[in-house]
Parts: sequence; structure tokens; C-alpha cells
Amino acid sequence: MISGHIARSPRLLGKACIFSAAAFLAAPALAQEEGSYTPMTPTEGVGMPTPGGIGFQDQFSPLGEYALKIHNYALMPIITIITLFVLALLIWVVVRYNSRANPVASKTSHNTAIEVVWTILPVFILLGIAVPSIDLIAKQYKPAPKEALTIKVTGNQWFWTYGYPDNGEFEVISNMLNIPGQPVINNGVREVGSEAWDGPSHLEVDNRLVVPAGELIRLQITAADVIHSFAVPSLWFKLDAVPGRINEKVLFVEKPGVYYGQCSELCGAKHGYMPIALEALPREKYNQWVLTHPGAVIDGREEPAAAAPEGEGETVPADMPEDAATEAAV
Amino acid sequence: MATTADQFQGHVADHGHDHGHDHPGFFARWFMSTNHKDIGTMYLIFAIIAGIIGGAFSGMMRVELAEPGIQYLDMFAKWFGAENPDFTTTLHTWNVLITAHGLIMVFFMVMPAIIGGFGNWFVPIMIGAPDMAFPRMNNISFWLTVAGFISLLCSAFVPGGTGLGAGTGWTVYAPLSTYGSPGPAVDFGIFALHLSGAGSIMGAINFITTIFNMRAPGMTLHKMPLFVWSVLVTAFLLLLSLPVLAAAITMLLTDRNFGTTFFDPAGGGDPVLYQHLFWFFGHPEVYIMILPGFGIISQIISTFSKKPVFGYLGMAYAMVAIGVVGFIVWAHHMYSTGLSVNTKMYFTAATMVIAVPTGVKIFSWIATMWGGSMEFKSPMIWAIGFIFLFTVGGVTGVVLANGGVDDNLHDTYYVVAHFHYVLSLGAVTALFAGFYYWFPKMSGKMHSEFLSYVHFAVFFVGVNMIFFPMHFLGMQGMPRRYPDYPEAFTYWNHIATIGYMVMAASLVVWFANIAYAFLAGRKAEDNYWGEGATTLEWTLTSPPPFHQFETLPVIEEAAHH
Repeated sequence: MISGHIARSPRLLGKACIFSAAAFLAAPALAQEEGSYTPMTPTEGVGMPTPGGIGFQDQFSPLGEYALKIHNYALMPIITIITLFVLALLIWVVVRYNSRANPVASKTSHNTAIEVVWTILPVFILLGIAVPSIDLIAKQYKPAPKEALTIKVTGNQWFWTYGYPDNGEFEVISNMLNIPGQPVINNGVREVGSEAWDGPSHLEVDNRLVVPAGELIRLQITAADVIHSFAVPSLWFKLDAVPGRINEKVLFVEKPGVYYGQCSELCGAKHGYMPIALEALPREKYNQWVLTHPGAVIDGREEPAAAAPEGEGETVPADMPEDAATEAAV
Repeated sequence: MATTADQFQGHVADHGHDHGHDHPGFFARWFMSTNHKDIGTMYLIFAIIAGIIGGAFSGMMRVELAEPGIQYLDMFAKWFGAENPDFTTTLHTWNVLITAHGLIMVFFMVMPAIIGGFGNWFVPIMIGAPDMAFPRMNNISFWLTVAGFISLLCSAFVPGGTGLGAGTGWTVYAPLSTYGSPGPAVDFGIFALHLSGAGSIMGAINFITTIFNMRAPGMTLHKMPLFVWSVLVTAFLLLLSLPVLAAAITMLLTDRNFGTTFFDPAGGGDPVLYQHLFWFFGHPEVYIMILPGFGIISQIISTFSKKPVFGYLGMAYAMVAIGVVGFIVWAHHMYSTGLSVNTKMYFTAATMVIAVPTGVKIFSWIATMWGGSMEFKSPMIWAIGFIFLFTVGGVTGVVLANGGVDDNLHDTYYVVAHFHYVLSLGAVTALFAGFYYWFPKMSGKMHSEFLSYVHFAVFFVGVNMIFFPMHFLGMQGMPRRYPDYPEAFTYWNHIATIGYMVMAASLVVWFANIAYAFLAGRKAEDNYWGEGATTLEWTLTSPPPFHQFETLPVIEEAAHH
């Protein structure tokens, strides 16, 4: 079980600090005893774009599913109908009211009734859209419960760091893997494809943001230099990382998997090369991953580590998916 | 519009023969110009030059994006003068391209063309005025715009942090634009906005004064052609929003150079404050670019349907409503910055309200054609194309208005698709419609209708190929402002790049058409569009005399629009 960890030991070069070096020395002993981790191999088409795709990525959070429903079953049909309606009217007037078909133009210049109709009718359509839309926003802002795991995300030029204050305050530095055939983006980082579990180029990183699946997580997002934006399309998640501010949002990943995203606010030269790879693991595997870090604390919530997957993993999310599911159906 | 045209037309025709004495020499005429038509012409030529440069930048971006990986940026970096650029410098060049493309197209192409060009040319004529209210201020407005453009071009060749040029995006967000971009490039960019902003503010004052005070006898506000209404609303938007931009970028300047910390959290500032200030200007700005286009389309639809505009008052006040509401929706550009829940809900609701007056305009245009006797001359083809393309761009705006849905679309290619459908395909289509509508009036030479149709057909196919696939890319999650992307995004990016080449080919046809008009075009009559063209410019010669309406036209009581 140790092999995975050694393969993924923190980089010693580049941006790695002395702390990381210490971690490298200390980690194997701890890992041998308690922790183990082999990165998950991503599933094709899950949590990443599909070649030639024309719609949203499949969603893996209740709110993402709800938002996708609003888009697919309300917004998309409405805008398609409106566009086709306008197109049909245009075709009709072109065919019916061209100078050959209608040599003498009418002198009509207003019709109060129809003007009132085409002012009022859109209001009702928009009200129809606004109801689920406002409801979605309300749900997105529902704060995580007090006992939820907190993870701190920091945007840097041009990499992400992920802090785990509830798990012993260790920090993971996440750099994009270099792309074969292109100039080196991150010194000392390996090339994508050199490990079996590597996902797509431009999206895969050396150290992923590992989170427990099936429970509410509090993400606190900030930046160390300029503004960045933490985005994972398949979780319908995007929140800016602003220096001097902490933005907070609930993350809930329904099932284990690797979900990719990319920095979504222009942050300088390598803006295009600081992706996000989020790996959701079952609680116990998450704990095993945590234990691969020096000074790891499994239980910030004072429960035996072994009990955490059951006890926490079920009670916390229980209200969330149900709640979202029932209201999404309305 | 029925007028007592004969009275003043006769005078003008007379005058036309002996106006040599007030025709200044070349330098005085073009560099010290106070004539609204000459200044309008200079604005149009300037906008075409700026558009070629801004369009070339987008071509450079599209070839780079044709395939994943970095292929051409290194070469482009060298073009800008970087010697042996390392990879970071190369990538910086990308940000310079997106920044320059955005700033040029917004401030130095669309605005000068649609307000400075067509506004200057036709607002005074349409209200029966001899010139603008402040002709000398009109001159300095133009030259400030040119100075701003030169300042922007200079910025590309001086250090801007990780490479040459300002790589901040057209939004110039702090702190990337403050401590994130050392070197003079961003300062040059800020000066460019200051200069062109000052020019635009003066232009706005000029238009407002002209429209309020210089209307011919009988030309009441409610008889003004809708193009004049659109420029009036636009001028108010400029006057109220540009000073806010000026303040915001001045604060950027002092943050950068004089140690203030308006936008730096280390000194108690807030980067998000900059975004609020910028978008308080930025959202009205998008209406500044499209409203005059609405006006042009209204004139054209009415002319070629041979009918007055349907629901004239509704059309005029829909523009006023769009202008007013446009000032209270700005934070929909900032849904992902961490707004509070109530703020996000408010901006979602307020933004959707804009769809109502916009819908009124779309339906009124169709109702204008309804019952008409339509002739599909070149401007009309472009105008009908505009209505459809603007509708597509408008409805995706309704999708983006939803703050919760926008969480997944913000800063992706879906947004790029949306705003290019309303601007590149909306405002620019309106510009071409206006160009074909008025070119013979301005030049005195007829263009080729056949080439105009070819131009339209190729342009329509090209721009849709470029921008429709971007909706797909955005929904799949491709972020904006990326020079490189994962394999999965290749297909639609490739299509878009091919679309760019198609669009570029259409511009060759356009230039050929202009060349044809000047070399072989037949002389344009006074009213070459016939009975449907009823506004005052059609009572004048083509081109109009150097000074028109020395005897003011009188608009009759019974006049329709």
C-alpha cells in the first residue's frame, strides 16, 4: 500500500518548501502504519468534457442535477421556442409581405392590444423562469452544517493549494502535469500519461484535491496573489478566489470519482495551466489518504476514525439530497 | 416624413455650385474639421482601420485555437518585439491579444463607427440641423479617440509584467492590473481609456445638446426618427457611465503608481470594488454599442417595408427603458465573485426584466414588416439577419441572467458566444446594414447590390460557424481566455477557426464592393431607396452639400415617422 504514496511524494523542486521536504522524510513511516493511497483512475466521460460534446457535462451533485434540470427542461425549451417563433414570423412576413405578394403596404402604425400582449406575455414567461431560478440560488447558499468538513482552497499564480484544517492542517500543492511535446510549465513535475491513473492532459495534476464523497463539505476559497476562480463543471461549482476575502460554498459530491475543472478568472500568463482535479473518495479511503500526511488528524469532530465513515457519512448528507430531490421535483 | 423639402432643397442645390469658397484646403478640412459629415467620415475610416487591426488579432487567436497545444504564439510574441521569448512570455502574448481585441473592438471600432460615424453623419441631418451644436468639440472628440488608440497600440510594445503589452483582459480587473502587471503597458492602456472616454463624454454632450436644441421647426421629440432617439439614449448612457469608468481606472492608476490601495486588500482595499465600478460602466456600455444599432435597424425596416415603424412610442420608450434598467443590473457579470444571496437574487430578477423591452423591439420590427410591401435591398437583408441573430444572442442572455445557472457558465465560451451574438453578430450586422443603407448617401456612389448579397451570405455562414459552436464549448466547460485546451474541445474549436476564415473572406467581398463603388459605381440619386425612405437625409443630394439646411426645413403637423 505504500507504493502509491511514494510515487506521489511531494515534489522537492520548484515551489516545494522546506516543509514539504520534511513531509517526504516523515511520511513513509506514518503511511506504513496507517495511511495508504493510490490515485483513482478517472472514468472516461465522467467529470471531464467529452470530445465534440454539445451539452453540459453529467452532474454529480444534487444542486448540479437541479440546475441542469432547470436548464434542460425550462430554459432550453423556452429559448428554443422563442427563437423558432421569431424565425417563423420572419419567414412568414418575408413570404407573405414582399412587394410582389403585397404591392400596397398597409398604413397600420399601432395596435394597443397586441402591444400590451407582447409586453405582458414575456413578463409571465420570465416569472415562470424566475421561480425555480431564485429557488436554486437559495439552495446554493444554504450553509454547510457546523460539523461539516472544511477544506481551504487557495489560488496562486499558477497552481492551487488545498488546506485541510480539520485534518491536521496539512496542505497539498497541486500543479498541472506537464504536457509531452510542449515547453515545461511546472519545473520538476512529471509529464501527463506517465502514471496509469492520469486523466486528460491540461486537466490532470500531480496532487489532487481529495475529498470525501457523499457528505457536505465546506469549501473556503481565497487567493494569495491575483483573482482566480475555482470551477468544476460536473459539480456545477464555480466561485472566485479573491485575495483578502474568503468565499465559502457547500460542496457535495454524490459518488466517488475524479472531477476536473479549470481556473476560470484571468490570472496572468499561465491562466490556462492551473487546472483543478477533484478526487472524491468513500470516507474510509479518504481517511486513509489523510493519514498519508504527517501530523494528520482524522477526527476533528472527536469520533473514532473508524466510525467516521458510517456515523458522519450518513447523517450529514441525509437531509441534503432528499431535500434537494424533493424540491427539484416541484 | 413629409416635409417642405422643396424650399430648402432648391436653395441647397443652388448653394452646391458655389460652395467652393467655404471648402477649406486638405489639412484644414480633415485635421481641423468642424463639419459633422467630415468628422463622421473620419470616424468611419478610423473604425475600419481599428476593426482591421482588432479583427486581425482575433484571427491570430483563432489560428492558435484551431488545435490544442501552442503552435503560433511564439511567433506572435516575436512580432510584438519579444526577443527569444520564454514560455511564460509567449503565453503572456495571448493575454495581450485578448485584451487588445476586446478594447479595440469596443472602444475603437463599434463605438466610433456607430456613434461617431453614423451618429455624426445622420443625427443633425435627420433632425434638420445644419451641424452639431459644438462643432469644435466634435473635432476634439475625434482626435482624442485617435490619441487613445495610439496609446493602446503603444502599450503592446512596452513591458507589462510577464511579457510585452497589457495582458489584463478588456475588463482590467485588479489586482492583476495593479501589482499583477508591473511595467508601463497597463498605464498606456489606462491612458487609452481615459483619452477615448473623454472623447466619448464630449461626444455625448454634443449629441444631447444637438438633439435637444437644434431640431428643425415642427420636429418634436415624438417625431424624431428612431435612430435619433437611439443616439439620444446612448448619449445619456455614455454621460452617466463613462465618468464611473474614468474614476475606476484613475484609482487603478494611483494604485499602480502612487501607493494607494483602493483595490489592494493589503491596504484595506477590495478587488471586488473595482469590478462593481467597472461593470456599473460596463453594462450600460453594452447597450451603448447596441442601441444605435436598434435605431439603424428601425429606419431600414420601415424604409423597405414602406410603412411607418410599428408602435413608434413603444419603440422609443423601450430604448429608454433598456437604458434605465441597464444601470441596475451590473452585478450579473459578477455572479461568481461571492455576492450575498439576496444580491444575487436581485440581480437575477432585474436582469431578466431587460428581456421585456427587448422583446417589444423584436416584435415591433416584425409588426412593421407585417402588412408591408417589402423590398429586399441589401440593407434590408442585413436588417432581417440582425433580427434573427440578435434574438439568438438575446435568449442566451436570459439563460445567463439566472445566477444559479450562471455558476456553470460564467467565464466559459458560452458567455463568449452570447456577447458575440449580440455584438459581433448584432452590432456589427447593424453596422453593415447601416453602411449599405447610407453609403451611397455619404459617398454619392452606388455599391453593387450583388456583392452586398454575397457579402451577407458568406458573413452569415462564417459568423455562425465561429460563434454557435462556442455555446457547446461553454456548456462542456471550456473557460474563456485560454490559448490551449484539452483534446475534447478540439472539434468545435476547429470548426470555429474555419468559420473565421469564411467570415474573413466575406470582408474581402465588402472591400471589393467599396472599391467597385468608387471606381465604377453609378451616381447615387437623392433618394435611391424610393418611396419608403422618408427621413430628411433623403431630401438632400447624395452626397449632401457641405453645409445643409441653411434654411431650416419645416416639419408639417401631420407628419408621420
